[in-house]
Amino acid sequence: MKLDAKIPSGPIEEKWNNHKFDLKLVNPANKRKYDVIVVGSGLAGASAAATLAELGYNVSCFCFQDSPRRAHSIAAQGGINAAKNYQGDGDSVHRLFYDTVKGGDFRSREANVHRLAEVSVNIIDQCVAQGVPFAREYGGLLDNRSFGGAQVSRTFYAKGQTGQQLLIGAYQALERQIGLGRVKMYTRAEMLELVVDNGRAAGIIVRDLATGEITRHAGHAVLMATGGYGNVFYLSTNAKGSNVTAAYRAYKKGAGFANPCFTQIHPTCIPVSGDYQSKLTLMSESLRNDGRVWAPKNKGDKRAPSQIPDAERDYYLERKYPSYGNLAPRDIASRAAKEACDDGRGVGDTGLGVYLDFRDSIKRLGKHTIQERYGNLFHMYQKITAENPYEMPMRIFPAVHYTMGGLWVDYNLMSTIPGLFVLGEANFSDHGANRLGASALMQGLADGYFVVPSTLSGYLADLPRTSIATDTSEFKKAETEATDRLNQFINIKGKKTVDTFHRELGKIIWDRCGMARNKAGLEKAISQIPALREEFWKNLKINGTGSELNQELERAGRVADFMEFGELMCRDALAREESCGGHFREEHQTEDGEAKRDDENFAHAAVWEYKGDTAIPARHKEQLEFENVKLATRSYK
Amino acid sequence: MKLKLHVWRQKSPKAQGKMTSYDVKQASPDMSFLEMLDVLNEDLAQKGEDPIAFDHDCREGICGSCSMVINGQPHGPEQGTTACQLHMRKFKDGDDIFIEPWRAKAFPVLKDLIVDRGAFDRIIQAGGFVSVNTGGAQDANCIPIPKHNADLAMDAAACIGCGACVAACKNSSAMLFVSAKVSHLALLPQGQPEKTRRVLNMVNQMDKEGFGNCTNQYECEAACPKEISANFIAKMNREYLGASFFSQEE
Repeated sequence: MKLDAKIPSGPIEEKWNNHKFDLKLVNPANKRKYDVIVVGSGLAGASAAATLAELGYNVSCFCFQDSPRRAHSIAAQGGINAAKNYQGDGDSVHRLFYDTVKGGDFRSREANVHRLAEVSVNIIDQCVAQGVPFAREYGGLLDNRSFGGAQVSRTFYAKGQTGQQLLIGAYQALERQIGLGRVKMYTRAEMLELVVDNGRAAGIIVRDLATGEITRHAGHAVLMATGGYGNVFYLSTNAKGSNVTAAYRAYKKGAGFANPCFTQIHPTCIPVSGDYQSKLTLMSESLRNDGRVWAPKNKGDKRAPSQIPDAERDYYLERKYPSYGNLAPRDIASRAAKEACDDGRGVGDTGLGVYLDFRDSIKRLGKHTIQERYGNLFHMYQKITAENPYEMPMRIFPAVHYTMGGLWVDYNLMSTIPGLFVLGEANFSDHGANRLGASALMQGLADGYFVVPSTLSGYLADLPRTSIATDTSEFKKAETEATDRLNQFINIKGKKTVDTFHRELGKIIWDRCGMARNKAGLEKAISQIPALREEFWKNLKINGTGSELNQELERAGRVADFMEFGELMCRDALAREESCGGHFREEHQTEDGEAKRDDENFAHAAVWEYKGDTAIPARHKEQLEFENVKLATRSYK
Repeated sequence: MKLKLHVWRQKSPKAQGKMTSYDVKQASPDMSFLEMLDVLNEDLAQKGEDPIAFDHDCREGICGSCSMVINGQPHGPEQGTTACQLHMRKFKDGDDIFIEPWRAKAFPVLKDLIVDRGAFDRIIQAGGFVSVNTGGAQDANCIPIPKHNADLAMDAAACIGCGACVAACKNSSAMLFVSAKVSHLALLPQGQPEKTRRVLNMVNQMDKEGFGNCTNQYECEAACPKEISANFIAKMNREYLGASFFSQEE
């Protein structure tokens, strides 16, 4: 597998501008002769589909939900970063670039991150022009708030619904193009296979989830904006439908998969309450501005929190990280919570929880102020747990939230398969081993509005403008593969439901490849997962047929891919003999339990190449060069 | 808790549907409503019966996928809450619970509790946007917007497009949904250049889709999980009236 990142030469501030000039253009009259397929309609997919259609390309867009407006970008709460420096507090493109590289624990690609910081300012302009109702000050100008990992206020927000408002902005732009006939939208349509013809991405195989019909779609380029794979853990803050299938199918067709073990565990989620639990709910990072995190000092202390005096409470973040205190970054705060629970000091029925306490800030600021700042979150917490967080501390526990790993892409966002572009959370390039808060929205929109519209023309300009046929042997083969798999699921006629298998897989991954990993555990997982997979293919029970709306069958396909992907994740975690960001290997820690990076041997992206169902995948490296941000150990003490 | 569910089962769009009863033997008060259905579905799947199909995705009350009428109320008995955020502690041991899909001509049933809400997307296509292409926008702070207007626009823009307003209305009117989008954009300077054609085109499309008219019952506002105010309907009516009188000749 050849990994040429195609990073333009020259100083980092000039790379993107120079590159845009060097890229070939497609004449306006010729654009409509190119068919572009966009899979996914979240921030990255919707913004790309709309922008490419505005430019004149002939676009088809696919989403598995009933409307493009439902993609999971919609659930992002906090905000979106941009280096506008409207607050005059010393922000700049370079500072956003620097914070992101450092926050990612030096495992991202400098050139991509710099471009992200550059276009961040255009994103805000574009969104405001569309009518996104960002929060404003009384003077009518835009308001900002602070977020983790930064010392400036650069986060733009729309109440606690920033993701929703940005997605609705992109969705409206997309619907406008659909109305104009420039985008053909397919809803309730799931991509099951990627078609690669003559070494290039040529199209996709799609199942209509309402009717079960399988169709072929051809394009000169395929853009995948299919999100992250957090649901491999079964329980996560992701939407129920979020899955790895599109990315994993592309991997099996030759796309390199980079750093699959880099997953983000968010420290403040509502703890699991029972076996029936279907998903986890995030409580925004912003709560840690005023809430203090603690666990009882004594093991097995079952007293009500109000009965535990201060002397018997361990405010462990403030104790361990006095300079950052409760605002320590996500990876560090999550591990500290796990440590307290592993020590037998967890709270709640399950012992898997710690307190996030607002007692002191309510005393200091008054209930009214806290209500103004966090009212909607307190309300949501109360609805789910039936406990009043104004009177007793919230119980929180870390949960899987985001995946930094993804399909490998070069500077143009093209994967190792020519013509297959990967956008947003589905790719790997910008967040390294840990993502900073309010940067996911920024990356999705940067890729879709500003990056891919430029880089795509560089690829298409060299292609013939004749349309791509769908009656080739490659299309036929891919379609047969897809239908055979569906039939297989139905014909197993075993005894266990797909959700049972998914839970079992999730438990293995969470126990062995979660917040802390070690060699023995990962090796165990690598032997457990294939056994579970074998049972899945022998004992799965799916009712109904493939030629109707069948939600069990939809899940079977997704879980089947998670079954293979989970193993790849564990292999990646095992091979990376260091700790960095969200990847914590217990063997590699400092004396006081902090992550210990190994820059000499692991300052690279690990890129996995599929070698066949029974073969071990090959691990390749893209060496990461740090020319503008000096490699240093992160410290929050 | 033990519960008796009565659920609308309909195999396909053209099939005849009917209410079917199921016993739920073990529900926990801490479960969400959808988790209670998950447990029932696991049970059905295990027995070889077709599980109940329903739309859901984020389960955080923001994607707008979930759509079921529970005991006659869209999204169930809790104010300002989607079905996915409704918890079983709202019900009592031994309760009978009736679960039906959204019922409206413009939202045909696909299967069980799943309906086709494509009509909402087509209404947005008719004008629910600002026509700006990517790339040419001026600096964001060149457009100062009074905080009050921005906040009000945000209140309207909070709509999640679930369709509960339509399901609650005896006329199956989509006025609350349409007015939320019309108001969101009409309250902002960015929305002014197209405000006339926007409201005319969106209302026209709404009628074409087969939604009914508003007769001021405010059921939509009561059912809305985001508590969108019916005042926006009044705003849309003013916009529509103004646009009808003063619209320019094309």
